[in-house]
Amino acid sequence: MEYNWNWSVLWADPYLGWLISGVQWTFAVALAAWVIAFALGILIGVGRTLPNKPIAFICTCYVELFRNVPLLVQMFIWYFAVPEIMPDDVGRWMKRDMPNPEYVTAVVALGLYTASRVAEQVRAGIQAVGKGLTSAAYANGFSTAQTYRYVLLPISFRLIVPPMTSEFLTIFKNSSLALTIGLLELTAQSQQIAEFTFQGFEAFTAATVIYVCIALMATVIAQSLEKFTKIPGFVGKG
Amino acid sequence: MGDFDYAVIWNNLPFLWEGLKLSLWLTFLAIIGGIVLGTGLALMRLSGFLPLSLFAATYVNLIRSVPLILVIFWFYFLVPLAIGRPIGGFYSALIAFVMFEAAYYSEIIRAGIQSVRQGQVHAGQATGLSYWQIQRYVVLPQAFRNMIPILVTQGIILFQDTSLVFVVSLRDFMTVSSIVARTEGRLVEMYVFAAIIYFIICFAGSMFVRRLQKAKTA
Repeated sequence: MEYNWNWSVLWADPYLGWLISGVQWTFAVALAAWVIAFALGILIGVGRTLPNKPIAFICTCYVELFRNVPLLVQMFIWYFAVPEIMPDDVGRWMKRDMPNPEYVTAVVALGLYTASRVAEQVRAGIQAVGKGLTSAAYANGFSTAQTYRYVLLPISFRLIVPPMTSEFLTIFKNSSLALTIGLLELTAQSQQIAEFTFQGFEAFTAATVIYVCIALMATVIAQSLEKFTKIPGFVGKG
Repeated sequence: MGDFDYAVIWNNLPFLWEGLKLSLWLTFLAIIGGIVLGTGLALMRLSGFLPLSLFAATYVNLIRSVPLILVIFWFYFLVPLAIGRPIGGFYSALIAFVMFEAAYYSEIIRAGIQSVRQGQVHAGQATGLSYWQIQRYVVLPQAFRNMIPILVTQGIILFQDTSLVFVVSLRDFMTVSSIVARTEGRLVEMYVFAAIIYFIICFAGSMFVRRLQKAKTA
Protein backbone atom coordinates (compact mmCIF):
# COMPACT_ATOMS: atom_id res chain seq x y z
CA MET A 1 0.00 0.00 0.00
CA GLU A 2 1.69 3.17 -1.28
CA TYR A 3 0.42 6.33 0.33
CA ASN A 4 1.97 9.70 1.13
CA TRP A 5 0.72 10.85 4.48
CA ASN A 6 0.13 14.54 4.87
CA TRP A 7 -2.12 15.41 7.76
CA SER A 8 -1.21 19.07 7.52
CA VAL A 9 -3.60 19.56 4.57
CA LEU A 10 -6.41 19.60 7.10
CA TRP A 11 -5.02 22.78 8.64
CA ALA A 12 -3.99 24.35 5.36
CA ASP A 13 -5.86 27.19 3.73
CA PRO A 14 -8.50 26.83 2.24
CA TYR A 15 -9.24 23.25 3.33
CA LEU A 16 -9.78 24.00 7.02
CA GLY A 17 -12.29 26.65 6.00
CA TRP A 18 -14.08 24.12 3.79
CA LEU A 19 -14.41 21.68 6.68
CA ILE A 20 -15.73 24.35 9.03
CA SER A 21 -18.26 25.56 6.49
CA GLY A 22 -19.27 21.92 5.90
CA VAL A 23 -19.93 21.40 9.60
CA GLN A 24 -21.99 24.58 9.69
CA TRP A 25 -24.16 23.45 6.76
CA THR A 26 -24.60 19.99 8.30
CA PHE A 27 -25.87 21.56 11.52
CA ALA A 28 -28.00 24.09 9.66
CA VAL A 29 -29.73 21.38 7.59
CA ALA A 30 -30.14 18.88 10.42
CA LEU A 31 -31.48 21.32 13.02
CA ALA A 32 -33.92 23.09 10.69
CA ALA A 33 -35.18 19.75 9.33
CA TRP A 34 -35.57 18.48 12.89
CA VAL A 35 -37.94 21.35 13.71
CA ILE A 36 -40.20 20.33 10.79
CA ALA A 37 -39.86 16.61 11.56
CA PHE A 38 -40.60 17.03 15.25
CA ALA A 39 -43.67 19.25 14.86
CA LEU A 40 -45.20 17.41 11.90
CA GLY A 41 -44.20 13.98 13.23
CA ILE A 42 -46.06 14.54 16.50
CA LEU A 43 -49.20 15.71 14.67
CA ILE A 44 -49.17 12.73 12.32
CA GLY A 45 -48.26 10.21 15.00
CA VAL A 46 -51.12 11.43 17.19
CA GLY A 47 -53.40 11.51 14.14
CA ARG A 48 -52.78 7.83 13.46
CA THR A 49 -54.07 6.89 16.92
CA LEU A 50 -57.21 9.08 16.85
CA PRO A 51 -60.62 7.39 16.88
CA ASN A 52 -61.53 9.55 13.84
CA LYS A 53 -61.07 7.10 10.94
CA PRO A 54 -60.51 9.52 8.01
CA ILE A 55 -57.81 11.44 9.88
CA ALA A 56 -56.12 8.23 11.00
CA PHE A 57 -56.21 6.94 7.41
CA ILE A 58 -54.66 10.10 5.95
CA CYS A 59 -51.89 10.02 8.55
CA THR A 60 -51.22 6.33 7.83
CA CYS A 61 -50.97 7.12 4.11
CA TYR A 62 -48.47 9.87 4.83
CA VAL A 63 -46.25 7.56 6.87
CA GLU A 64 -46.38 4.70 4.34
CA LEU A 65 -45.69 7.03 1.41
CA PHE A 66 -42.70 8.80 2.95
CA ARG A 67 -41.19 5.70 4.54
CA ASN A 68 -41.31 3.51 1.46
CA VAL A 69 -39.59 5.86 -0.99
CA PRO A 70 -35.82 6.34 -0.60
CA LEU A 71 -34.84 9.75 0.76
CA LEU A 72 -32.65 10.34 -2.29
CA VAL A 73 -35.65 10.00 -4.62
CA GLN A 74 -37.65 12.36 -2.42
CA MET A 75 -34.80 14.86 -2.45
CA PHE A 76 -34.73 14.79 -6.28
CA ILE A 77 -38.49 15.09 -6.57
CA TRP A 78 -38.51 18.21 -4.38
CA TYR A 79 -35.55 19.69 -6.19
CA PHE A 80 -36.17 18.79 -9.85
CA ALA A 81 -39.81 17.77 -10.21
CA VAL A 82 -41.82 19.99 -7.87
CA PRO A 83 -40.84 23.32 -9.52
CA GLU A 84 -41.99 21.84 -12.87
CA ILE A 85 -45.46 20.78 -11.73
CA MET A 86 -46.18 23.94 -9.73
CA PRO A 87 -48.24 26.70 -11.37
CA ASP A 88 -46.02 28.72 -13.71
CA ASP A 89 -45.41 31.72 -11.42
CA VAL A 90 -44.57 29.63 -8.38
CA GLY A 91 -42.38 27.27 -10.42
CA ARG A 92 -40.45 30.17 -11.93
CA TRP A 93 -39.98 31.72 -8.51
CA MET A 94 -38.68 28.41 -7.11
CA LYS A 95 -36.21 28.03 -9.96
CA ARG A 96 -34.97 31.63 -10.19
CA ASP A 97 -35.65 33.71 -7.13
CA MET A 98 -35.89 31.37 -4.16
CA PRO A 99 -32.96 32.15 -1.86
CA ASN A 100 -30.62 29.21 -1.17
CA PRO A 101 -32.64 26.67 -3.20
CA GLU A 102 -30.40 23.70 -2.28
CA TYR A 103 -30.63 24.47 1.42
CA VAL A 104 -34.39 25.04 1.48
CA THR A 105 -35.06 21.90 -0.58
CA ALA A 106 -32.79 19.76 1.58
CA VAL A 107 -34.46 20.98 4.77
CA VAL A 108 -37.97 20.40 3.40
CA ALA A 109 -37.17 16.94 1.99
CA LEU A 110 -35.29 15.76 5.06
CA GLY A 111 -37.87 17.27 7.43
CA LEU A 112 -40.89 15.69 5.74
CA TYR A 113 -39.11 12.32 5.45
CA THR A 114 -38.02 12.28 9.09
CA ALA A 115 -41.52 13.36 10.16
CA SER A 116 -42.78 9.95 9.02
CA ARG A 117 -40.19 8.25 11.21
CA VAL A 118 -40.94 10.48 14.20
CA ALA A 119 -44.66 9.79 13.70
CA GLU A 120 -44.03 6.07 14.03
CA GLN A 121 -42.20 6.59 17.32
CA VAL A 122 -44.99 8.80 18.65
CA ARG A 123 -47.63 6.27 17.63
CA ALA A 124 -45.69 3.43 19.27
CA GLY A 125 -45.33 5.54 22.42
CA ILE A 126 -49.05 6.30 22.61
CA GLN A 127 -49.94 2.66 22.03
CA ALA A 128 -47.46 1.59 24.71
CA VAL A 129 -49.38 3.58 27.33
CA GLY A 130 -52.00 0.88 27.18
CA LYS A 131 -55.73 0.59 26.83
CA GLY A 132 -56.32 0.55 30.59
CA LEU A 133 -55.34 4.18 31.16
CA THR A 134 -57.30 5.36 28.11
CA SER A 135 -60.42 3.54 29.28
CA ALA A 136 -59.93 4.92 32.78
CA ALA A 137 -59.75 8.45 31.37
CA TYR A 138 -62.93 7.99 29.32
CA ALA A 139 -64.64 6.40 32.34
CA ASN A 140 -63.83 9.55 34.30
CA GLY A 141 -65.67 11.59 31.69
CA PHE A 142 -62.60 12.96 29.88
CA SER A 143 -63.13 14.05 26.29
CA THR A 144 -60.76 12.69 23.62
CA ALA A 145 -58.80 15.96 23.72
CA GLN A 146 -58.52 15.79 27.49
CA THR A 147 -57.43 12.15 27.39
CA TYR A 148 -54.57 13.08 25.07
CA ARG A 149 -53.69 16.27 26.91
CA TYR A 150 -53.63 14.89 30.45
CA VAL A 151 -53.00 11.14 30.10
CA LEU A 152 -51.63 9.84 26.79
CA LEU A 153 -49.24 12.59 25.72
CA PRO A 154 -47.52 13.27 29.05
CA ILE A 155 -46.76 9.56 29.51
CA SER A 156 -45.90 8.67 25.92
CA PHE A 157 -43.59 11.67 25.40
CA ARG A 158 -41.50 10.50 28.30
CA LEU A 159 -41.51 6.92 27.03
CA ILE A 160 -40.24 7.82 23.55
CA VAL A 161 -37.24 9.90 24.58
CA PRO A 162 -34.69 7.12 23.78
CA PRO A 163 -35.92 6.34 20.24
CA MET A 164 -36.40 10.05 19.52
CA THR A 165 -32.80 10.84 20.39
CA SER A 166 -31.72 8.13 17.98
CA GLU A 167 -33.88 9.77 15.28
CA PHE A 168 -32.20 13.07 16.14
CA LEU A 169 -28.83 11.47 15.48
CA THR A 170 -30.10 9.89 12.26
CA ILE A 171 -31.13 13.28 10.89
CA PHE A 172 -27.50 14.45 11.12
CA LYS A 173 -26.37 11.40 9.16
CA ASN A 174 -29.16 11.77 6.60
CA SER A 175 -28.32 15.43 6.09
CA SER A 176 -25.36 14.13 4.05
CA LEU A 177 -27.84 13.37 1.24
CA ALA A 178 -28.07 17.11 0.65
CA LEU A 179 -24.81 16.78 -1.27
CA THR A 180 -26.69 15.05 -4.10
CA ILE A 181 -28.45 18.34 -4.90
CA GLY A 182 -25.25 20.34 -4.58
CA LEU A 183 -25.21 21.50 -0.98
CA LEU A 184 -21.62 21.41 0.28
CA GLU A 185 -22.13 19.97 3.73
CA LEU A 186 -19.54 18.02 5.72
CA THR A 187 -19.38 14.83 3.62
CA ALA A 188 -19.30 16.80 0.37
CA GLN A 189 -16.51 19.04 1.65
CA SER A 190 -14.38 16.07 2.72
CA GLN A 191 -14.91 14.49 -0.71
CA GLN A 192 -13.93 17.76 -2.33
CA ILE A 193 -10.78 18.02 -0.23
CA ALA A 194 -9.94 14.43 -1.20
CA GLU A 195 -10.30 15.31 -4.88
CA PHE A 196 -8.28 18.52 -4.69
CA THR A 197 -5.39 17.22 -2.57
CA PHE A 198 -5.40 13.45 -3.27
CA GLN A 199 -5.26 13.08 0.53
CA GLY A 200 -8.44 10.99 0.78
CA PHE A 201 -7.41 9.24 3.96
CA GLU A 202 -6.91 12.48 5.89
CA ALA A 203 -10.02 14.16 4.48
CA PHE A 204 -12.37 11.26 5.21
CA THR A 205 -10.82 10.73 8.64
CA ALA A 206 -11.54 14.36 9.50
CA ALA A 207 -15.19 13.98 8.47
CA THR A 208 -15.50 10.66 10.31
CA VAL A 209 -14.06 12.13 13.52
CA ILE A 210 -16.47 15.08 13.34
CA TYR A 211 -19.48 12.80 12.80
CA VAL A 212 -18.37 10.62 15.73
CA CYS A 213 -18.11 13.72 17.91
CA ILE A 214 -21.65 14.72 16.91
CA ALA A 215 -22.82 11.20 17.79
CA LEU A 216 -21.06 11.29 21.16
CA MET A 217 -22.56 14.69 21.93
CA ALA A 218 -26.02 13.42 21.03
CA THR A 219 -25.50 10.34 23.22
CA VAL A 220 -24.46 12.40 26.24
CA ILE A 221 -27.46 14.70 25.82
CA ALA A 222 -29.70 11.67 25.32
CA GLN A 223 -28.51 10.00 28.51
CA SER A 224 -29.07 13.04 30.70
CA LEU A 225 -32.44 13.64 29.06
CA GLU A 226 -33.39 10.01 29.68
CA LYS A 227 -32.43 10.25 33.33
CA PHE A 228 -34.46 13.42 33.67
CA THR A 229 -37.58 12.12 31.91
CA LYS A 230 -37.59 8.52 33.10
CA ILE A 231 -40.92 7.50 34.65
CA PRO A 232 -40.33 5.63 37.91
CA GLY A 233 -42.02 2.26 37.81
CA PHE A 234 -42.13 1.95 34.01
CA VAL A 235 -39.63 -0.62 32.77
CA GLY A 236 -37.80 1.77 30.43
CA LYS A 237 -39.13 0.13 27.25
CA GLY A 238 -41.04 2.18 24.70
CA MET B 1 -49.76 17.10 -15.19
CA GLY B 2 -51.54 16.90 -18.56
CA ASP B 3 -48.35 16.50 -20.55
CA PHE B 4 -47.06 13.54 -18.57
CA ASP B 5 -45.01 11.62 -21.13
CA TYR B 6 -45.36 7.86 -20.70
CA ALA B 7 -43.39 7.12 -23.85
CA VAL B 8 -40.12 8.15 -22.24
CA ILE B 9 -40.58 5.40 -19.65
CA TRP B 10 -41.73 2.86 -22.21
CA ASN B 11 -38.82 3.56 -24.60
CA ASN B 12 -36.21 3.25 -21.88
CA LEU B 13 -37.69 0.25 -20.14
CA PRO B 14 -34.84 -2.22 -20.95
CA PHE B 15 -32.25 0.28 -19.68
CA LEU B 16 -34.26 0.90 -16.49
CA TRP B 17 -34.69 -2.83 -15.97
CA GLU B 18 -30.90 -3.29 -16.11
CA GLY B 19 -30.61 -0.70 -13.34
CA LEU B 20 -33.29 -2.34 -11.22
CA LYS B 21 -31.59 -5.72 -11.61
CA LEU B 22 -28.33 -4.22 -10.35
CA SER B 23 -30.14 -2.67 -7.36
CA LEU B 24 -31.79 -5.98 -6.45
CA TRP B 25 -28.61 -7.99 -6.94
CA LEU B 26 -26.62 -5.54 -4.80
CA THR B 27 -29.33 -5.69 -2.12
CA PHE B 28 -29.36 -9.49 -2.15
CA LEU B 29 -25.58 -9.88 -1.86
CA ALA B 30 -25.32 -7.16 0.79
CA ILE B 31 -28.06 -8.81 2.89
CA ILE B 32 -26.23 -12.15 2.80
CA GLY B 33 -22.85 -10.57 3.53
CA GLY B 34 -24.29 -8.26 6.17
CA ILE B 35 -26.01 -11.07 8.04
CA VAL B 36 -22.92 -13.33 7.97
CA LEU B 37 -20.56 -10.58 9.12
CA GLY B 38 -23.20 -9.23 11.52
CA THR B 39 -23.58 -12.65 13.16
CA GLY B 40 -19.80 -12.77 13.60
CA LEU B 41 -19.78 -9.32 15.19
CA ALA B 42 -22.70 -10.20 17.48
CA LEU B 43 -20.98 -13.40 18.65
CA MET B 44 -17.76 -11.45 19.24
CA ARG B 45 -19.66 -8.84 21.22
CA LEU B 46 -21.31 -11.51 23.40
CA SER B 47 -18.23 -13.75 23.62
CA GLY B 48 -17.25 -12.47 27.08
CA PHE B 49 -13.64 -12.16 25.84
CA LEU B 50 -12.81 -8.50 26.39
CA PRO B 51 -10.57 -7.68 23.36
CA LEU B 52 -13.06 -9.28 20.97
CA SER B 53 -16.15 -7.68 22.45
CA LEU B 54 -14.40 -4.32 22.69
CA PHE B 55 -13.37 -4.53 19.03
CA ALA B 56 -16.90 -5.45 17.91
CA ALA B 57 -18.48 -2.71 20.03
CA THR B 58 -16.09 -0.08 18.71
CA TYR B 59 -16.65 -1.13 15.11
CA VAL B 60 -20.42 -1.15 15.41
CA ASN B 61 -20.62 2.20 17.19
CA LEU B 62 -18.17 3.80 14.78
CA ILE B 63 -20.06 2.68 11.68
CA ARG B 64 -23.40 3.60 13.18
CA SER B 65 -22.35 7.17 13.83
CA VAL B 66 -21.26 8.04 10.28
CA PRO B 67 -23.47 8.53 7.20
CA LEU B 68 -23.62 5.77 4.59
CA ILE B 69 -22.45 8.16 1.86
CA LEU B 70 -19.24 8.78 3.78
CA VAL B 71 -18.75 5.01 4.17
CA ILE B 72 -19.22 4.58 0.40
CA PHE B 73 -16.63 7.30 -0.26
CA TRP B 74 -14.27 5.63 2.22
CA PHE B 75 -14.41 2.25 0.53
CA TYR B 76 -14.23 3.67 -2.98
CA PHE B 77 -11.01 5.26 -1.86
CA LEU B 78 -9.64 2.46 0.34
CA VAL B 79 -10.43 -0.74 -1.55
CA PRO B 80 -8.37 -0.02 -4.69
CA LEU B 81 -5.57 1.32 -2.48
CA ALA B 82 -5.54 -1.81 -0.31
CA ILE B 83 -5.75 -4.26 -3.21
CA GLY B 84 -3.36 -2.28 -5.36
CA ARG B 85 -5.55 -2.20 -8.47
CA PRO B 86 -9.04 -0.95 -9.31
CA ILE B 87 -11.69 -3.66 -8.95
CA GLY B 88 -14.65 -1.82 -10.38
CA GLY B 89 -17.41 0.21 -8.82
CA PHE B 90 -19.76 -2.67 -8.13
CA TYR B 91 -17.41 -4.57 -5.84
CA SER B 92 -16.30 -1.43 -3.99
CA ALA B 93 -19.95 -0.58 -3.40
CA LEU B 94 -20.73 -4.13 -2.35
CA ILE B 95 -17.90 -4.15 0.21
CA ALA B 96 -19.04 -0.76 1.54
CA PHE B 97 -22.62 -2.00 1.95
CA VAL B 98 -21.60 -5.27 3.62
CA MET B 99 -19.33 -3.46 6.08
CA PHE B 100 -21.98 -0.80 6.77
CA GLU B 101 -25.03 -3.04 7.08
CA ALA B 102 -23.15 -5.62 9.18
CA ALA B 103 -23.06 -3.06 11.99
CA TYR B 104 -26.85 -2.69 11.87
CA TYR B 105 -27.47 -6.41 11.44
CA SER B 106 -25.18 -7.23 14.36
CA GLU B 107 -27.32 -5.10 16.71
CA ILE B 108 -30.46 -6.90 15.53
CA ILE B 109 -28.81 -10.30 15.87
CA ARG B 110 -27.37 -9.45 19.29
CA ALA B 111 -30.85 -8.59 20.54
CA GLY B 112 -32.14 -11.80 18.96
CA ILE B 113 -29.49 -13.92 20.67
CA GLN B 114 -30.22 -12.23 23.99
CA SER B 115 -33.91 -13.02 23.55
CA VAL B 116 -33.11 -16.74 23.75
CA ARG B 117 -33.52 -17.73 27.36
CA GLN B 118 -30.39 -18.47 29.38
CA GLY B 119 -31.89 -21.84 30.41
CA GLN B 120 -31.48 -23.04 26.82
CA VAL B 121 -27.73 -22.43 27.02
CA HIS B 122 -27.50 -24.17 30.39
CA ALA B 123 -29.44 -27.13 29.04
CA GLY B 124 -27.00 -27.33 26.14
CA GLN B 125 -24.04 -27.23 28.50
CA ALA B 126 -25.61 -29.89 30.73
CA THR B 127 -26.04 -32.13 27.69
CA GLY B 128 -22.32 -31.83 27.06
CA LEU B 129 -22.42 -29.64 23.93
CA SER B 130 -19.43 -27.43 23.15
CA TYR B 131 -19.72 -23.63 22.84
CA TRP B 132 -19.95 -23.83 19.03
CA GLN B 133 -22.47 -26.67 19.14
CA ILE B 134 -24.67 -24.66 21.49
CA GLN B 135 -24.54 -21.64 19.17
CA ARG B 136 -25.07 -23.76 16.06
CA TYR B 137 -27.87 -26.06 17.24
CA VAL B 138 -29.56 -24.25 20.14
CA VAL B 139 -29.11 -20.48 20.25
CA LEU B 140 -28.84 -19.27 16.65
CA PRO B 141 -31.78 -21.26 15.19
CA GLN B 142 -34.12 -19.89 17.84
CA ALA B 143 -32.64 -16.40 17.65
CA PHE B 144 -33.02 -16.22 13.86
CA ARG B 145 -36.60 -17.43 13.99
CA ASN B 146 -37.43 -14.56 16.38
CA MET B 147 -35.58 -12.06 14.24
CA ILE B 148 -36.96 -12.81 10.77
CA PRO B 149 -39.42 -9.87 10.63
CA ILE B 150 -36.79 -7.33 11.74
CA LEU B 151 -34.20 -8.82 9.38
CA VAL B 152 -36.61 -8.41 6.47
CA THR B 153 -37.38 -4.83 7.53
CA GLN B 154 -33.67 -4.09 7.56
CA GLY B 155 -33.49 -5.66 4.09
CA ILE B 156 -36.09 -3.16 2.85
CA ILE B 157 -34.09 -0.29 4.35
CA LEU B 158 -30.99 -1.71 2.67
CA PHE B 159 -32.79 -1.76 -0.68
CA GLN B 160 -33.64 1.92 -0.24
CA ASP B 161 -30.06 2.61 0.80
CA THR B 162 -28.67 1.11 -2.42
CA SER B 163 -30.01 4.21 -4.21
CA LEU B 164 -27.07 6.05 -2.63
CA VAL B 165 -24.60 4.43 -5.04
CA PHE B 166 -25.77 7.35 -7.16
CA VAL B 167 -22.99 9.38 -5.49
CA VAL B 168 -20.36 7.20 -7.19
CA SER B 169 -22.33 6.89 -10.47
CA LEU B 170 -22.76 3.13 -10.24
CA ARG B 171 -25.66 2.32 -12.58
CA ASP B 172 -28.36 1.13 -10.22
CA PHE B 173 -32.06 1.92 -10.72
CA MET B 174 -31.72 5.41 -9.25
CA THR B 175 -28.70 6.38 -11.32
CA VAL B 176 -30.22 4.97 -14.50
CA SER B 177 -33.48 6.83 -13.87
CA SER B 178 -31.62 10.08 -13.44
CA ILE B 179 -29.55 9.45 -16.59
CA VAL B 180 -32.77 9.00 -18.58
CA ALA B 181 -34.31 12.01 -16.84
CA ARG B 182 -31.45 14.24 -17.90
CA THR B 183 -30.78 12.96 -21.42
CA GLU B 184 -34.49 13.03 -22.32
CA GLY B 185 -35.20 16.21 -20.37
CA ARG B 186 -38.06 14.44 -18.59
CA LEU B 187 -37.30 15.03 -14.91
CA VAL B 188 -40.83 14.88 -13.54
CA GLU B 189 -41.80 11.63 -15.27
CA MET B 190 -38.62 9.77 -14.41
CA TYR B 191 -38.36 10.73 -10.74
CA VAL B 192 -42.06 10.08 -10.13
CA PHE B 193 -41.68 6.74 -11.90
CA ALA B 194 -38.64 5.86 -9.76
CA ALA B 195 -40.58 6.80 -6.62
CA ILE B 196 -43.52 4.58 -7.67
CA ILE B 197 -41.31 1.58 -8.35
CA TYR B 198 -39.43 1.95 -5.05
CA PHE B 199 -42.73 2.43 -3.25
CA ILE B 200 -44.31 -0.70 -4.73
CA ILE B 201 -41.35 -2.89 -3.84
CA CYS B 202 -40.87 -1.50 -0.33
CA PHE B 203 -44.58 -1.40 0.49
CA ALA B 204 -45.00 -5.00 -0.64
CA GLY B 205 -42.02 -5.87 1.55
CA SER B 206 -43.50 -4.19 4.62
CA MET B 207 -46.86 -5.92 4.04
CA PHE B 208 -44.94 -9.20 3.98
CA VAL B 209 -43.28 -8.26 7.30
CA ARG B 210 -46.68 -7.54 8.81
CA ARG B 211 -47.87 -11.00 7.80
CA LEU B 212 -44.77 -12.57 9.31
CA GLN B 213 -45.37 -10.74 12.56
CA LYS B 214 -49.00 -11.85 12.66
CA ALA B 215 -47.97 -15.43 12.01
CA LYS B 216 -45.47 -15.21 14.85
CA THR B 217 -47.86 -13.84 17.45
CA ALA B 218 -50.78 -16.06 16.42
